[in-house]
Amino acid sequence: MRAKNQRMTLVLLGMGAMLIAALLAMWGLRDRAALFLSPGDLRTRSVPAGQAVRIGGMVRPGSLVRAPDGVSLSFVVGDDTPRTVPVSFRGVPPDLFREGSGVIAEGSFAPDGRFVAAELLAKHDENYKPPDKVAAAHRTETLR
Amino acid sequence: MIAEFGLAALWLAAALGLLQLLLASAAARAEGPAVALRSVRAVAGVQGLMAGLSFAALLLLFWRTDLSVALVAANSHSSKPLLYKLSGAWGNHEGSMLLWVTVLALAGAAVALLERRLSDRTLAATLGAQGAIAAGFYAFLLFASNPFARLAQAPPDGQGLNPLLQDPGLAFHPPTLYLGYVGISVAFSFAVGALVTREVNPVFARAMRPWVLGAWTMLTLGIVAGSYWAYYELGWGGWWFWDPVENASLMPWLAATALLHSVTVLAARDGLRAWTIVLAVVAFSMSMVGTFLVRSGILTSVHSFAVDPARGTFILALLLLYIGGALLLFGLRIGTVRAGRQFEAVSREGALVANNLLLSTILGVVLFGTLYPLALEGLTGEKISVGPPYFNAAAGPLALLMIALMGAGPLLRWRRDELRAAARRIALPAALGIAAFAAVLLLRPDIGVLPLLGLVLAAGVGLASVAPLFGRSLRRTPLFTWGMVVSHLGIAVALAGAAADAAFTSETLVALRPGQAADVGPYRVRLDGVRPIAGPNWTAVEARLSATRGDGGFALAPQSRAFSSPPTETAEAAISTRLDGQLYTVLGRPTEDGRWQLRLWWKPWVTLIWLGGALVALGGALTLVGRWRRERRSAERLAWA
Repeated sequence: MRAKNQRMTLVLLGMGAMLIAALLAMWGLRDRAALFLSPGDLRTRSVPAGQAVRIGGMVRPGSLVRAPDGVSLSFVVGDDTPRTVPVSFRGVPPDLFREGSGVIAEGSFAPDGRFVAAELLAKHDENYKPPDKVAAAHRTETLR
Repeated sequence: MIAEFGLAALWLAAALGLLQLLLASAAARAEGPAVALRSVRAVAGVQGLMAGLSFAALLLLFWRTDLSVALVAANSHSSKPLLYKLSGAWGNHEGSMLLWVTVLALAGAAVALLERRLSDRTLAATLGAQGAIAAGFYAFLLFASNPFARLAQAPPDGQGLNPLLQDPGLAFHPPTLYLGYVGISVAFSFAVGALVTREVNPVFARAMRPWVLGAWTMLTLGIVAGSYWAYYELGWGGWWFWDPVENASLMPWLAATALLHSVTVLAARDGLRAWTIVLAVVAFSMSMVGTFLVRSGILTSVHSFAVDPARGTFILALLLLYIGGALLLFGLRIGTVRAGRQFEAVSREGALVANNLLLSTILGVVLFGTLYPLALEGLTGEKISVGPPYFNAAAGPLALLMIALMGAGPLLRWRRDELRAAARRIALPAALGIAAFAAVLLLRPDIGVLPLLGLVLAAGVGLASVAPLFGRSLRRTPLFTWGMVVSHLGIAVALAGAAADAAFTSETLVALRPGQAADVGPYRVRLDGVRPIAGPNWTAVEARLSATRGDGGFALAPQSRAFSSPPTETAEAAISTRLDGQLYTVLGRPTEDGRWQLRLWWKPWVTLIWLGGALVALGGALTLVGRWRRERRSAERLAWA
């Protein structure tokens, strides 16, 4: 490293590092970020099978079916629109998971249109509302 | 009375913060009166005392479960065990922010009372900056998050604390984390102080270093404790989730780690002056960004309990004011900071620059990934989630590269080194790495690329990190060299644990009747029975499991707990730590036909993750003590001369 230019070199290296970080982030975000959709969103956009997505909504009362192996289950996620999503999951559902309460299913669609969840999140917060409900609650507050 | 006393102490502390800023501006002037500095020191000390009293008042309110205070009524319950009554004081937004400013004020008071190396003017300017930060966050508490607000009518009992937070981990994790997270504010104030008085030099770096080391050590401990808490309490078997709240503590750690290394170059070799200042500003900026993310309620995540846009705007304004102000000052003064001493590319300094560049790049990647979904949702309304696939792919390889360089760096000489001589010093660890590569490929050819590289690096870097001790008298090696060795070894150990967990974990998910058994890894786990039990403020069903592996067995008892206030169920995992790993069991739900869901993991060597993390923190503590002893000894020598 030439003595005179050392500070300039360091500045360029620092900027280079930030540029690499930005490029890496953009590349990673394009391929690896999962969309977060509510069932209603699926009326207007189609998600190809196999793409990572999160579906957030409410577990429809009466839709929960447990398989004979004792660890697989299926249920239907809906929101305040008519569109619903059938979900299947193998595992121990989170503590707050129950019919009629909020859930986020992380996984991808199978070719037959069924959503295969790799993970279920029921927010560990009794105040939790799925994303639309929060937005809706905010709208009501502003109107008031 | 106690609540009013706490509030009064908080107002007083806020006023003292402003006074500290005013007095400091007088004292930092070249011709400033000497009495001004003494009074700044005194004001900073009293401000710390007032904030401490205010926090003590909140603790007392929670201890006595004073339900006329809104915060206590919303977050506590008379039937809670004492430990969780007290820790409940910071298990909520207002109390947590009060702890935050208390740590800030105490850090400022510590600087005022203990710091003797800085020039008077720089010290005054530093305390002024610390007072300015404190004043802003006091205003936030007083105007947007008053922890002492009273209720018109006290309810018959409180609403209770989120059961996930009723855990010894919560008593320990946030205070430790905040000591580091907020303690790094001292580095920020030092940087501002040195820019104001144009005294960016090795003396300044030596004065700043112990504060950075102390904060970094606590931050490391806090992150390690938080990771273990999430591991056993959430019952998902994972130890790092790339949750935005976790990233909020990781980002200041990355910046503080870079700062720790560059301040060493500045102290020892008078290089990287401007660089060190930028890192000090960035480190605390990351703490404030993290505070904004967690405390504004912008995230809907496991850790966040608030949705309140007014608060978010307030913190965002403070954030822009302080970060913008510091960067503006930097822009104005950078011309007056002379370039430091030169060094060759192949040298200890060169390696430390590489460490800084890689840490900064990782920081950038994590910051982008954390903020991008928020920005996208704010701008377009589209919701995406950025999780482990992104962070592992983007930050993982950079982290491995950095760890590889970490093994080589301490084996290089300061200023300039011969490439061939350096290669000879690195040859032995490299050979061990190659041997590990061959061994893993022969024994377990099916593991992924990142875990494979992780295991190989852990072996090579583990050896390389103790190599600086080779050929030295161990008793005469300075304590701070031991500190570096222990910290670097800790990174290698933690990497080994993480890679082994990723590569070799086996998982079984079954529904069993009492008397039936299932296999996981080398173990056979039998469900002996399920029985109801009761705790102080919960009831539970508890499964009794016995695990055997050829030889004698041992028992585990995972529970599914039901809390009455607030009404919540949590799974309490039962974890058995063996010499070569952990057996992790979670009790699920009963099925209609009388079976019980069980989730079992065998996680070989997983404990190394936190053992390594603890070693990293221990290394920080050793270095701190080592530097302190060295300085005391040279001060004594000066006194004798």
